[in-house]
Amino acid sequence: MIQDYLPILIHMVIVVVLALALMGLSSWVGVRRPTREKNAPYECGIPPVGNAREKFSISFYLVGMLFILFDVEVAFLFPWAVVYKSLKWFGFIEMFIFVGVLFAGYIYIWKKGALDWSR
Amino acid sequence: MGTSSEPLILTAIILAKVAVVLLVFLTSVAYAVWLERKVVAHIQSRWGPYLVGPHGLLQPVADGLKFLFKEDIEPREVDRLIYYLAPFVAFTMAFASIAVIPFGESITILGHKINFEITSLNVGLLFILAVTSLGVYGIALAGWSSNSKFPLFGGLRSSAQMISYELSLGLALVGVVLISGSLNLREIVDQQQGLWNIVRQPLGFLLYISAAIAETNRTPFDLPEAESELVGGFHTEYSSYKFAMFFIAEYANIFTVSCLATLMFFGGWHGPVFGPHLLRAFLPVLWFGLKVFCFVFAYIWIRGTLPRFRYDQLMSFGWKFLLPLALANVLITSFVVAWRAS
Amino acid sequence: MLPLFYIFGAVAILAALSVVLQQTPVYSALSLIVVLCSLAVVYLLLGAEFLAVIQVIVYAGAIMVLFVLVIMLLNARRETPADRSRMARWLGFPLLIAFFGQILFATWRHFSGLHATPQMAAGPKSIGELLFRNYALPFELTSVLILVAILGAVILAKKQV
Repeated sequence: MIQDYLPILIHMVIVVVLALALMGLSSWVGVRRPTREKNAPYECGIPPVGNAREKFSISFYLVGMLFILFDVEVAFLFPWAVVYKSLKWFGFIEMFIFVGVLFAGYIYIWKKGALDWSR
Repeated sequence: MGTSSEPLILTAIILAKVAVVLLVFLTSVAYAVWLERKVVAHIQSRWGPYLVGPHGLLQPVADGLKFLFKEDIEPREVDRLIYYLAPFVAFTMAFASIAVIPFGESITILGHKINFEITSLNVGLLFILAVTSLGVYGIALAGWSSNSKFPLFGGLRSSAQMISYELSLGLALVGVVLISGSLNLREIVDQQQGLWNIVRQPLGFLLYISAAIAETNRTPFDLPEAESELVGGFHTEYSSYKFAMFFIAEYANIFTVSCLATLMFFGGWHGPVFGPHLLRAFLPVLWFGLKVFCFVFAYIWIRGTLPRFRYDQLMSFGWKFLLPLALANVLITSFVVAWRAS
Repeated sequence: MLPLFYIFGAVAILAALSVVLQQTPVYSALSLIVVLCSLAVVYLLLGAEFLAVIQVIVYAGAIMVLFVLVIMLLNARRETPADRSRMARWLGFPLLIAFFGQILFATWRHFSGLHATPQMAAGPKSIGELLFRNYALPFELTSVLILVAILGAVILAKKQV
């Protein structure tokens, strides 16, 4: 099993070298004539106003959090699907309860408006 | 893998495979860009690239060289390390997943059985999903490190979009795993010998392809780089090859999801096979390539035809439509599989 | 395989040190991603391939994404070192040494004879069989745990709006 991963190691080493070579080559070959205006953060032509580091909507945090929780569910679904043919109805009922409980949570976040982006 | 008595030859085979796959993949990615410009141009009654080579066929070469000689601008407010790390992460992650994609049966050269793939993993499908889930960092970090408003908005939006659709992407594939009982991509293809999975999983396929388009940030879900409101999105502050690497990564991801769609739903390399030994070995590779090409073409066609979603529409489409539907698909499929087994 | 184990083990430890020592939160988060990924490789070397990919998908690809998003959202800058108390400065290092010495001693005493060789290949099949047959009830209880977490996340977020 472990020797199946050796080609991936080789592949990744080559890809990393390729990426470094491309980036290195372009910064070596490319011209460099920096000016004050050119190196300013892009703001559609006007001088930059303030700093980009501002605080953002809490919705992004909520999406990240809900993503983790449902991702754990998906992580459970894959091994279940692999052995499903030997579990048969037992497996079906098992997962039906599991998904059912989480679906209750899903309805809750929907009703609470956590999925409405424009608020 | 073969016997362990000849590790040198085996390593050489692996190296040769990696070299060939990377070469073919990079060329395909470069010409996908050409194809996109050409097809979108024709959809809009223009000619597209025409001057460099016949029908602009040398345009990718010209683009590649031009990127190399462009000025490497480094805006003054950036966080340098992460600013350089972001395109690197995007590029390497986009190229990692092709290592597990099988694109044909096998061929025997000088007594060595060579499979048409770099490697075959028991958890190949999950490996691709894992690599995809790491791809988010390229975009999030690019947006953060640029320290500029448009990239930051673009990066945040994009990351939120990608993680939202990653769920539906994974769920849509569970249906196929239920049918095949394996996460090994080669085994999944072998089981579609008689009947392609698209027949058994039509809803799963539609869910997968919608989620995949959103996951690769393409029209109609290309909000991260919505030109009219966010300039270039997360890569606004990038120039020369650092920009090109995001670009290459985006197209490489299109190929990856197209390959996965072919493997999971359209029978992989299966197709009519005839003729002498060598033709028999390479016809499946041709079928695989043709199917992937159809998907890439469909991608471009969609881009040339559909308008863009609004961001709140995009998020509710993912969370309120695709996600429950994908869950329902899993339950229905499992019900049918259990019904047939008993 | 042993050299690979030492390489990735060393990477994990160095990155873990970097998590603690970095002063910019994003760098700490990135170091933590490196820790989690090298641990995934260590799992792989021990024969637990399913655990390795799940480690990457759930920890490196989901939980750390939330960390990075939150750092981006909160606009976290360089940490400014707080005024350390005099006692912490003088007692901290000896206590640390004592703590590590204890762990080292306990590990050496209890596990020195053990070798980490995989008893069986922990692929998705064997994990699935165990999880969904022998441990069906704990699996079902996990759903309640996730449900509570969902409620908690929403309530926390709504409070701050």
